[in-house]
Amino acid sequence: MEPQNTIICRCEDLTLAEVEEVIAEGYTTIEEIKRICRLGMGPCRGSTCLQLIDRILARQRNCGREEIKMPTNRPPLEGIKMKELAGDAGEK
Amino acid sequence: MPVKNKANVVIIGGGVVGLAVAYNLALLGIKDVVLLERAYLGSGATSRCGAGIRQQWGTEMNCALARKSMDIFENMNEMLEVKRDIELKQKGYLLLAFSEEEMEQFRKNLKVQSKYDIPSREVTPRKARDIVPHLNLEGIVGGAFCPTDGHVNPFLVTEAYANAARRLGVDIYTYTEALDIEISGSKITGVRTDQGLIKTDRVVNAAGGYSQQIGEMVGLDLPVKSERHEILVTEKIEPLQGPMVMSFSYNIYCQQTPEGPFLMGYGDPDEPESYNLNSSWHFLEEMTRKAARLLPPLKHLRVIRQWAGLYNITPDRQPIIAESEEVPGFFMAIGFSGHGFMIAPMTGVLLAEMIAGEDPSLEFKLEPGRFERGDLILEPSVV
Ligand SMILES: Cc1cc2nc3c(=O)[nH]c(=O)nc-3n(C[C@H](O)[C@H](O)[C@H](O)COP(=O)(O)OP(=O)(O)OC[C@H]3O[C@@H](n4cnc5c(N)ncnc54)[C@H](O)[C@@H]3O)c2cc1C
Repeated sequence: MEPQNTIICRCEDLTLAEVEEVIAEGYTTIEEIKRICRLGMGPCRGSTCLQLIDRILARQRNCGREEIKMPTNRPPLEGIKMKELAGDAGEK
Repeated sequence: MPVKNKANVVIIGGGVVGLAVAYNLALLGIKDVVLLERAYLGSGATSRCGAGIRQQWGTEMNCALARKSMDIFENMNEMLEVKRDIELKQKGYLLLAFSEEEMEQFRKNLKVQSKYDIPSREVTPRKARDIVPHLNLEGIVGGAFCPTDGHVNPFLVTEAYANAARRLGVDIYTYTEALDIEISGSKITGVRTDQGLIKTDRVVNAAGGYSQQIGEMVGLDLPVKSERHEILVTEKIEPLQGPMVMSFSYNIYCQQTPEGPFLMGYGDPDEPESYNLNSSWHFLEEMTRKAARLLPPLKHLRVIRQWAGLYNITPDRQPIIAESEEVPGFFMAIGFSGHGFMIAPMTGVLLAEMIAGEDPSLEFKLEPGRFERGDLILEPSVV
């Protein structure tokens, strides 16, 4: 498949070509890539793209996948509705 | 990467402040400027922040700093020839008063703001609801609104300053940590990093939540401390809320960013001094409770992520932008107490002018000596 037609992050509608361009600019950690193009910042919390990005980075940096640092896993693990967290205030 | 062995100025910290200083130094023609960042650029408070920029302050100096910084944000895309738009959104800040006393203070602040051409105005509760229709007016006695306040993307601003600084010849070293500052007598002679020694007689402390550690390197006990502040982001929805909604007494800030998610936070009065960056369940509960009460429809949104960053706080919650009297050549842009992003553009200009020995483009006094003299800055509008 063509890099410009391969979607890496569905929530943010990012293609492989776009992600590769950000890496080529010199952003070589997942934390930076997330912040530049919002990769993995959507509601699925990176469940697809974070499985792919380490491979892409490893290929571009010519290293093993285990050398790529995964981002901090930030709570809450599943998107929770505010009213479920807010207790009484959310009921009204 | 091994570092250069000599520099005119070494800046410690690659957040928005350090990079704004670096860019402005280069712009003034200072050569051999080096910036050290121990992780990636913006990895500190800068990319963790609430991204809010406001001009509604209560002292003349803060109004001037914020107003002029806003001018720079408004022109930043062209000024820094950015690759990516910095996502400036000027839909205002709505500040809410929950008592007559608070409203009186707002009125005083509005008078100061008008002197600086800040287009803020008083609003009645009903007017507030015209601006933010989903606002719950219970307990609200009034407010203040400035339509040109708003939001900018902190990471993209950081990138913009970094790229512009590099084009002007600044050497930026990421993943490079300042370990110590070498001194002879009371004079700085160099900065020792994990990638080698850089000889220099001028250092800028722009280390955000770690600025006190940089102070210790030159033997100073700086009047700053660090404190965790938490924040969360929701799923994206279609545009619902134009302005940032904020209250000092109810203790909340909440805005919808241009891509659609809501960002919100509050300051925990019981938060101890620490370098803790962990997220807490307590924050999640208290935050969602506050938001659900003040802005009821938001309770249907899903929380996507929460995180924390450090506030670097001074006793009067106003920054220190000065050269040390004890250690000449040691410059500081620290202690921003939770509002350093919005005034970073002018901080960069003013500190660079100070280092270059030029006249400041606006009058300001933010030296640390004020704490010893008990001469604190009384700014009523801090979170
Ligand atoms: C939750 C939260 C919300 C906020 N909301 C807002 C807001 O809405 N509006 C606003 O204006 N401000 C806000 N702030 C405050 C704002 O984020 C900060 O004032 C601002 O980012 C400070 O920038 P800085 O460059 O000084 O610090 P930082 O961005 O923290 O940069 C300091 C850098 O120094 C580096 N460093 C430290 N020690 C060393 C060393 N020894 N060697 C090399 N590098 C080192 C760190 O890695 C870090 O990257 C918020 C802060 C938080 C935490």
